[in-house]
Amino acid sequence: MFRMSLTSDEIDHIAALARLSLTDDEKSRYRQQLSAVLDYIAKLGEVDTTPIPPTATVLPLRTVLRPDRVRPSLSVPELLANAPESEADMFRVPPVLDGGADG
Amino acid sequence: MSLTDLTLQGARDQLASGAVSSRELTEACLARIEAVDPQLNAFLSVTAERALTQADAADARRASGDGAPLLGVPLAIKDVLCLTGTRTTAGSRILENFVAPYTATAVQRLLDAGAVILGKLNCDEFAMGSSTENSAYGPTRNPWDRERVPGGSSGGSAAAVAARLAFGALGTDTGGSVRQPASFCGVVGLKTSYGRVSRYGLIAYGSSLDSIGPLARTVADAALLFGQIAGPDPRDATSMPTPVPAPDTWHDDLRGLRVGVPREYFIDGMQPAVERAVHAAIDHLRALGATPIEISLPHTEYALPVYYLIAPAEASANLARFDGVRYGPRAESEALWDVFEKTRGERFGAEVKRRIMLGTYALSAGYYDAYYGQAQKVRTLIKRDFEQAFEQVDVIACPVAPTTAFKIGTKVDDPLAMYLEDVFTLPPSLAGITGLSVPCGRDDAGLPIGLQLLGPAFGEAQVLRVGHAYEQTTEWHRAAPAL
Repeated sequence: MFRMSLTSDEIDHIAALARLSLTDDEKSRYRQQLSAVLDYIAKLGEVDTTPIPPTATVLPLRTVLRPDRVRPSLSVPELLANAPESEADMFRVPPVLDGGADG
Repeated sequence: MSLTDLTLQGARDQLASGAVSSRELTEACLARIEAVDPQLNAFLSVTAERALTQADAADARRASGDGAPLLGVPLAIKDVLCLTGTRTTAGSRILENFVAPYTATAVQRLLDAGAVILGKLNCDEFAMGSSTENSAYGPTRNPWDRERVPGGSSGGSAAAVAARLAFGALGTDTGGSVRQPASFCGVVGLKTSYGRVSRYGLIAYGSSLDSIGPLARTVADAALLFGQIAGPDPRDATSMPTPVPAPDTWHDDLRGLRVGVPREYFIDGMQPAVERAVHAAIDHLRALGATPIEISLPHTEYALPVYYLIAPAEASANLARFDGVRYGPRAESEALWDVFEKTRGERFGAEVKRRIMLGTYALSAGYYDAYYGQAQKVRTLIKRDFEQAFEQVDVIACPVAPTTAFKIGTKVDDPLAMYLEDVFTLPPSLAGITGLSVPCGRDDAGLPIGLQLLGPAFGEAQVLRVGHAYEQTTEWHRAAPAL
């Protein structure tokens, strides 16, 4: 049920999923440290949880309603103020797709 | 006695009687910050000009007959809480230029009560850590011994209060981050029940666990701050409408009170001085009329692995928003995917990356049920342990941490050793209950020890009442570090 140690391919895969560029040194350090943490975490496998429901929140489930009314909110300039780059009321980013001739 | 030696209530009384003005108190705090904080690094930013403007406004309000509960009292807040127009970094380089465009509800409620905000306090990056060594802006030092950590993640909050730089502070507690630094710095810290205080404007770490709570020099001061920040908020649907008890119903007589003493919280390897001090504190509660009862919380040993799956899993999702698009700075690259990866890789610190990796793995295809799913089920068992215990007892008394403050640098490269610092604070966090840390002794080196008083969810009044009774009949909270 529980894996004890991570391979370097797995570290690459996790880093890609998390969108983190890591140096080779970081990769080898995290491989070792996360394997140790996972090894410790493996003790959860001892617990029989067959009839036990999961806890996603400790609070009682309830429906929270509010009137559907327009309320004041932040302005566009306030929202863009922290952006590294913006243009015409939008966040500006490098191209999302590899640019062919037609863009 | 200098003005900064006053308790929060003492400062409030002197303001009310006209013996002192808010400007005088605020100037005294700012002068002490300037004189002392270079040794501690508790503040990441000091908003002196703004604080003095607030102080003058408070003095004007008082002159016109206003008696708001915190009118003119200087406080400070952990830098994971947004305050409009102030730099809010969460201790991270990925938010080094971030200026909050809005104010957290808990902070707004302090402002509405008339408080003066002195500035933003240091913490572990995104509140991930137990020593404040994970701040990108350098560690905070423990006022009792500057070679040692103040605890974390709210280490700046605890150090600032212990060093008399502010009359109280807000911290946040996800797995012990208010209680453990309070214990290490010899101040009072209240972890509020999950859902008791609005999280609006708090930079999220583990959303099913995060709570905001006060740190102060006395239980009564913490209760006063708690009474102001608690209560439902339309901007946080998890903030509960449960009535907030009046903070001033004190009785020092504890007759009839049943105090649970969990056997799993006294373990091999804990510092003997801590064990002795906590047992002495329990004997003291007995002398005040309480009845200690040995109890068992059988799933305690699983809290650490459960926490280090659930909190990183939630963190990995919450921190996905830091991608160099909406908040700067951004790593330059031709391709958007590279921008994301480089910005995050370069700007997040080692522990944050470690937890993002761990959480991403726990949520990834093929491992979700075995890790995250199993952790959520064991979390149910931990919660039930407490529910069953509170059928037999009114409060639980135990240590906050297995040790007193450790030396800077000794655990930072050993994640498991660092995580073990949280072994007594994690189970209550997972159960969403309330916990108070109260000073209860000193070790051979003179370092503070904390007593942890746990109550059921929304039982803050109970733990505050017991903490206050303890404090009224002991002297530990009166000691001040020499600075």
